[in-house]
Amino acid sequence: MIDVDISLVNWSRAQFALTAMYHWVFVPLTLGLSFLCAFFESIYVRTGDEKWKSLTRFWMTLFGINFAIGVATGIILEFQFGTNWSNYSWMVGDIFGAPLAIEGIFAFFLEATFFAVMFFGWNRVSKGFHLFSTWMVAVGSNLSALWILVANGWMQDPVGMVFNPETVRFEMENFWAVLFSPTAVAKFTHTTSSAFVLASLFVLTISSWYLIKRKHQEMAKRSIVVASIFGLLASVYVGYTGDESAFTVSSSQPMKLAAIEGLYEGEESAGLVVAGMLNPAKNPGDDLDPFLFEMKIPGLLSILANREPGSFVPGIDDLVYGNEAQGVMGVDDKMKLGQTAVADLAAYKEARRDGDAGAAEAALVRFGENSEYLGYGYLRTPEEAVPPVAISFYAFHVMVALGSFFPILFLVYLFFLFRGKLEEQRWLLPVGLVSLLLGAIAQQSGWVVAEVGRQPWAIQGMMPVSVATTNVGVGNVQTTFFMFVGLFTLLFIAEVKIMLKQISIGPEGH
Amino acid sequence: MFGNLEYTTLQQIWWLLCSVVGSLFLFLNFVQGGQTLLCQVAKNDLEKSLVVNSLGRKWELAFTTLVLFGGALFAAFPKFYATSFGGAYWVWMIILFTFIIQAVSYEYRKKPDNFLGTRTYEMFLFINGSLGLLLIGAAVATFFSGSNFTLNLYNQVTWNHPLLGLEAAFSLFNLSLGFFLVFNARVLGGMYLLNNIDFTELDVFQGRLRRAVWINFCCALPFLLYVLISLLLRKGYGIGDNGVIELVAYKYLGNLLAMPLVLGLLLTGLILVILSVWLTVYRTSFRGIWPGGLGTVLVGLSLFSLAGLNQTAFYPSLTDLQSSLTIYNASSSQYTLTVMTYVALMIPLVLAYIAYVWRQMDGKKLTAREVTEEESY
Repeated sequence: MIDVDISLVNWSRAQFALTAMYHWVFVPLTLGLSFLCAFFESIYVRTGDEKWKSLTRFWMTLFGINFAIGVATGIILEFQFGTNWSNYSWMVGDIFGAPLAIEGIFAFFLEATFFAVMFFGWNRVSKGFHLFSTWMVAVGSNLSALWILVANGWMQDPVGMVFNPETVRFEMENFWAVLFSPTAVAKFTHTTSSAFVLASLFVLTISSWYLIKRKHQEMAKRSIVVASIFGLLASVYVGYTGDESAFTVSSSQPMKLAAIEGLYEGEESAGLVVAGMLNPAKNPGDDLDPFLFEMKIPGLLSILANREPGSFVPGIDDLVYGNEAQGVMGVDDKMKLGQTAVADLAAYKEARRDGDAGAAEAALVRFGENSEYLGYGYLRTPEEAVPPVAISFYAFHVMVALGSFFPILFLVYLFFLFRGKLEEQRWLLPVGLVSLLLGAIAQQSGWVVAEVGRQPWAIQGMMPVSVATTNVGVGNVQTTFFMFVGLFTLLFIAEVKIMLKQISIGPEGH
Repeated sequence: MFGNLEYTTLQQIWWLLCSVVGSLFLFLNFVQGGQTLLCQVAKNDLEKSLVVNSLGRKWELAFTTLVLFGGALFAAFPKFYATSFGGAYWVWMIILFTFIIQAVSYEYRKKPDNFLGTRTYEMFLFINGSLGLLLIGAAVATFFSGSNFTLNLYNQVTWNHPLLGLEAAFSLFNLSLGFFLVFNARVLGGMYLLNNIDFTELDVFQGRLRRAVWINFCCALPFLLYVLISLLLRKGYGIGDNGVIELVAYKYLGNLLAMPLVLGLLLTGLILVILSVWLTVYRTSFRGIWPGGLGTVLVGLSLFSLAGLNQTAFYPSLTDLQSSLTIYNASSSQYTLTVMTYVALMIPLVLAYIAYVWRQMDGKKLTAREVTEEESY
């Protein structure tokens, strides 16, 4: 293997994180707003009320502005797998590439084709076909999320594949296992339903602004009814799928679970931390208390993680150094086996190159004994297997806290709306006004949990990010990183200014 | 059904499928070509709006086809994806940047308070249509002219040129294919706009478009001829016994003669492109885009076939011949290709609904009233 400069790895991670987080500012809005537009237009078609048509076109305009920048940032992500993670692309392209190609065939064309009808077809196609097109855009955009999230789910929980030492890559052997892996299913349902919540908050924010300004009040209240019902249902579902996600994480990524809970020493009847402040001096293996203060619900983590009261949940120290009593193998032991596997793989490849069939066969047999620990062979210290605990812990708790707040907000809005007194609640409307920002923070926190929490792995337990990077020279990645920062900043300012202008114009301009 | 197919057959099927997607992208480059014509043929706001709105209904289709092309190559030939994108870093990055700025330009160009101003977004469209296509052409040309990379025992790429892919743009052959793509896209763009816009009371505008088709065809021709002649005369990269890569004199001429169907595709494609220009310029036809588009697809298909079929290395290495990629050593596993082939059964359905929607939307030509009074870019 090529020795890769660690600063190159970190810059490559920074560039990918920047692109992904920027992309995820816009994409959840696309996923949710597409359905909200379909709901609005369905009501228009059913009632024939022109006010619903005007309302639909207003939200579609905002959808279109947002959609464009989501598309622009999406293409970078796909190609960055090749430009910055070329070793990864080769080693797992046999599995990871397929969902991306299927995404293109099934989803992107659906979106792209019907998008033009949705925006420019009002007077070119029938009312029914236009509505159908709006629904197809919603289905297409969410279908595209399915395939990329299947791919991401596979990275978190690699299933349905086998390592081929001849080609030095992982190869798919069961497509259905990849598609229906519990991790992939939980990831798709949790991510898309949280996107529906964010889009509902977007509608709530803009509508609240109109109510505060006493402009377009009827349109605002109509929008709030639909968005709050959609948001409420989606946020309840987010809670359910979040629980499913945590359950899959406990078995496939126990280190991530330990990090997001700040759990260093494993426990039976482990408690769930509701809130707390981590001790910044704490390191794996030392005797310091992990928390400066904490509030816990006793025994709940064991139930959520294992569906079994009183069960054992391993902590960071158990996973790094092992816990023989609980049958937990430590990273230090896995590294030894992994280093043997790396050496045997090298011996096999060299014997094959030199045409020594006997030595190749022997090396292959030895490699097979430890091949499942191959990824651990590239770690330098056992502690490297621990993700950044503070970032993972706080991001997780921010996400959960905000996620618990949103259904209450939707309920309160619906309560006052049905009582006909929403516009009088001057204390509530400013809360609705900032809810989009809170939703965006929850979204970003969720991805931080998912991606930072699985470090150092590109493929969980199989391939650390240090092996996945393209050996392209750190200066080149730094240059493109700052090019992306500059371009993204310009486009973000443009997007926000255009969006604010369209909101100030309001539905009459549509 | 596909589970019984030979591995090599699946590899060839997937090279052809990727070639079809790549060739369709070359046809849809009428969007990029039209973007570069914007300031040349449209002399006032109305004409600009007609051009932008006509192209704006199709830009996402072209964009999506490019994304699918990338996705299909990733899924079917991951070693190429890893080697080319990871090695030729700068050429792909610059191409990406030109597509990022394209994606926002249609939506933002005329929106009030758009921060960068209308002319900046128009410049973005021009950069995408010119620089973007030029570099794509140069990158595709390396399928024949080769690149500077080596692969180690683990198939990890090392690029052996400090320009990391941009050196492709300093080769006459590569640049010629790039310039051919740019001018051919402008020919297609002009013919698409003639087909899509209602020119009632816009005769001068229409005349400018027809002149642009002719001038750009004349510009494309020398580059095309240079590419074709060089291709027929140059050495190619053949796959010898036991998969050993070797230089073969007149390899691509040999490929054409060995694959008469490919020769037929190339000649038919060229004739169709010439026919489309003749119809547009001399018969004042509005339908030149169809033979021109089909011709471009056929020329694209023949070029991709020449590059990858008949025991040819489609991504040759100039620094280590044996690192060169073939459709056999760069592909996914047999299982993955089989799964993907089942998925590909959906392609006719996708093409069918695209064609249906295209017909629904373009049944009526785009009018001046529509871009001034209705929802438009």
